[in-house]
Amino acid sequence: MEQSSHIKVKDLNVYYGQNHVLKNINIEIPNNQITAIIGPSGCGKTTLLKCFNRLIESVDGVRVTGEVLVGGENIYDPKAEVTHIRKKMGLLSQRPFPLPMSIYDNIAYGPKIHGERNKKELDRIVEHYLKEASLWEEVKDRLKTPAGSLSIGQQQRLCLARGLAVEPDIILGDEPTSALDPQSSRHIEQKFIELKEKYSIVFVTHILRQAKRIADYLIFIHMGEIIECGPTKEILENPKEKKTQDYVLGIIS
Amino acid sequence: MIFNRVLKDKIAGKTMLFLTILACSSLLLIFAGLIFKSLPVIEKSSFSELLFSSKWHPLKGEFGMLPFISSTLWVTGVSIIIAVPLCILSAIYLSEYAHKRILQLIFPIIDILAGIPSVIFGVWGLILIVPIFGYSILSGGIVLAVMIVPVVIHVMIEVIKTVPSELRDASLSLGATKWQTIKFVVVKKALPGIIAGIVLGLSRAFGETMAVLMVVGNVVKIPHSVMDAGYPLPALIANNYGEMMSIPMYDSALMLSALILFIIIVVFNVFSRLILIRIERNVGYNS
Ligand SMILES: Nc1ncnc2c1ncn2[C@@H]1O[C@H](COP(=O)(O)OP(=O)(O)O)[C@@H](O)[C@H]1O
Ligand SMILES: [Mg+2]
Repeated sequence: MEQSSHIKVKDLNVYYGQNHVLKNINIEIPNNQITAIIGPSGCGKTTLLKCFNRLIESVDGVRVTGEVLVGGENIYDPKAEVTHIRKKMGLLSQRPFPLPMSIYDNIAYGPKIHGERNKKELDRIVEHYLKEASLWEEVKDRLKTPAGSLSIGQQQRLCLARGLAVEPDIILGDEPTSALDPQSSRHIEQKFIELKEKYSIVFVTHILRQAKRIADYLIFIHMGEIIECGPTKEILENPKEKKTQDYVLGIIS
Repeated sequence: MIFNRVLKDKIAGKTMLFLTILACSSLLLIFAGLIFKSLPVIEKSSFSELLFSSKWHPLKGEFGMLPFISSTLWVTGVSIIIAVPLCILSAIYLSEYAHKRILQLIFPIIDILAGIPSVIFGVWGLILIVPIFGYSILSGGIVLAVMIVPVVIHVMIEVIKTVPSELRDASLSLGATKWQTIKFVVVKKALPGIIAGIVLGLSRAFGETMAVLMVVGNVVKIPHSVMDAGYPLPALIANNYGEMMSIPMYDSALMLSALILFIIIVVFNVFSRLILIRIERNVGYNS
């Protein structure tokens, strides 16, 4: 069980109405590595990421066929229970969206939803995951203040801590640094590198240099199709497909 | 050429400022006018007598307003108790659960309802509600609730729509159910707007005259239960202004009742604004 990969995608197709945006996607996401999904904007990166935790379902008029196996379970099986699937994945969005509550409650929200009531235990969880996201020192004296009062960079780390607090196996990120200043971006990248010991990380980026810096594995998508995937070094140094070469050289952007 | 454009810009700015000041000052003018007109009756009897006595005998010169004030509060209170839960739940259903087409169908209907003249709601109340609950505070409250519901739902839907979908996604991705997400995140984020919607409804309810007047019974008495008849302030003014004006002080007393209504609404709006500011601070709106 531990050996097989956390996320496996089989013949995935996604349509927005008539628009066929993901075509026959088949991939395995390697465990305990950082996987970057790259490709020109509008190619379907966000869509693919949203398929991993079924958030795609909240889009109006969307249709999904095929399978996404998470821990061996097909999450698109009609019998699959969505909340427990989503609990296995933490999500970082393009811009941080702290919940409209205090810093403390942002972290405690997930554990509370899943039934943790013990105040001491919640205190422990909040401290632990804020430390895990390197935010504890900055906020420990103002845990009760609204999360919206933090800087954008701090908010993104808060969102990371919030996701980790439900004890996922996988971290998903949709261009998680695109709204951040360079220093906060570095901070998140650094976190990702530390966290891959314990989690499998999949993130979307349109910055090739960022993918090069931190990703172990690359998935290149173009017009809804996976053109090429493999270890970062291979893809960047020896792209097999013409389109990948063009993208790496900056001809498609 | 450039000079001309700058000039036009300045003129447009100044004109709008002037119009805004004019609109705001009309509020002050009304207030001043009402005070001026109600001075005679205030000078003659004491404030406490006018506000807290229930003796309404215009011929004897007794103008205790308590029955009218309490009727107004009762009717408005009942209507809000009926309307608020209804509005919140419908707005949540329509914006979060209903299919887009249903919303597209219902939204225009809601707006039509909001535009129906109040006398029609009054007639509807007479035909449908009065036979069941009699001429009473409850009938008035129900008719009033039906009248304000469309306006309030409209505001609430607009407000809930402004909650970014990424915020819902953030909660859902932690494994929260849709209902948990709505309850703990969407409603919380939208709370200031939801309250603003309720305030808007309340302000309308306080002043609504025609529909209520037709079904509350218009009996000068402090109501003790929702089944009692009542006589709200707007009904008092509408029923009597221009009629028994030969009675001394009567018109001044009516002006005073208008002033009281005016003050109730202003105080209430200021109060709710303070609550809103507090909530916004707690929720943290920099994000
Ligand atoms: N909610 C939606 N409804 C309809 N079409 C959409 C929606 N979201 C995205 N699309 C379309 O799907 C394609 C892929 O979008 P997306 O996955 O967001 O791309 P990326 O994240 O790679 O920029 C785009 O062509 C976009 O126009
Ligand atoms: Mg995207």
